[in-house]
Amino acid sequence: MLEGRDLACWRGERPVFAGLSFTLAPGGATLLTGANGAGKSTLLRLVAGLLPAAEGALLWAGEDVAADRTAHARRLRDLGHGDALKPSLTVAENLGFYARLWGGEVAPALASVGLADLADLPARVLSSGQKRRLALARLALTPAALWLLDEPTVGLDAASVERLGALLAAHRAASGAVMAATHLPLPLPDARELRL
Amino acid sequence: MRAFTAVLSRELRLALRHPADTLAAVLFFVLVCALFPFGVGPAPELLGRLAPGAMLAAALLAALLPLDRLFGAEAEDGSLDQLLLSGLPPAALAAAKALGHWLTTGLPLLLATPVAAAMLNLPVEAWAAATVALALATAILSLFGTAGAALTLGARRGGVLLPLLVLPLSIPAIIFGAAAIEAAATGLEPRPYLLLLAALLALAAPLAPLAAGAALRAE
Repeated sequence: MLEGRDLACWRGERPVFAGLSFTLAPGGATLLTGANGAGKSTLLRLVAGLLPAAEGALLWAGEDVAADRTAHARRLRDLGHGDALKPSLTVAENLGFYARLWGGEVAPALASVGLADLADLPARVLSSGQKRRLALARLALTPAALWLLDEPTVGLDAASVERLGALLAAHRAASGAVMAATHLPLPLPDARELRL
Repeated sequence: MRAFTAVLSRELRLALRHPADTLAAVLFFVLVCALFPFGVGPAPELLGRLAPGAMLAAALLAALLPLDRLFGAEAEDGSLDQLLLSGLPPAALAAAKALGHWLTTGLPLLLATPVAAAMLNLPVEAWAAATVALALATAILSLFGTAGAALTLGARRGGVLLPLLVLPLSIPAIIFGAAAIEAAATGLEPRPYLLLLAALLALAAPLAPLAAGAALRAE
């Protein structure tokens, strides 16, 4: 479904990676590993359509993603380094904005990451782990075909990692694909490793 | 359309939670207009003569203040990536941002127009024309400013670059805006000048978001 062909990416004069090919099937998972600066986050941004590929092509169901990046954006959920939260909005308002964009219900999504009790607090009072969980709650809003996760478990406690595991399992059972970059063990059984 | 209103209402809600940003722009506008009488002396005719240009320049500078955070704050916390992946075309995202900037900066400035006009001894007959001229001119600045903010995003010293990029573009808005106020103050018809301002706005409304969207995509 998702296929990268001979992808290359440059940062200034320096190649980040080159000749990278991979496929990702519905329900499948790809784990990106590699040293700091190997280009894991860059590849995730490239797959999201936020960065253009210097060489090669990124295909979705055989069609070039670059041809319609807005349509590509609609089929994926991206969890980047930043949690994309506004400190002055409440927990429910932060998630509610994305619920208006994509559909879905705020309350069950908050419950799925264990933040239901904090819904009316401003996001500024959350701990860094709770902020990460609020960012993860975006994934639980509506189904999407592809999840791109950049270090999703940073700052999470064991119980939250377990909840993320449940979210990931449900997503893959519904034929959703996952591409994740991480240094920590992730609850992703039989993920294919892509070493950068 | 739903995504457009979602982005716009988020902008307005954030502005309500941080009223100091809007207040700072309004106070800046009023204070600059209040400084003129101190500088040129309280001679009523001289002040009235300076008023149209001074009000326009002060309003445009005040509206510039919050622009460098328009996309900067979103880029820092990762929200910009989410907005670009929201399924909204980048140009529509930029249009929502520009409209949000005008509603939270340009519109409040209009409420302060009578105060500024009184301090600059602008004849009361010209206050209505001044309000319309400022409304159109600040809307033009919001559009060009959004394009400028998108272009300077990620640039070192983007905050300095932004006015250098945007203010020259707003020269026509100053010329026709000031001409409209002056015409009304001297008992002439301000309409032709206001229509020219509106024509500028009609030109900027589709072009500036397209430029801003292209710049955001290339980021």
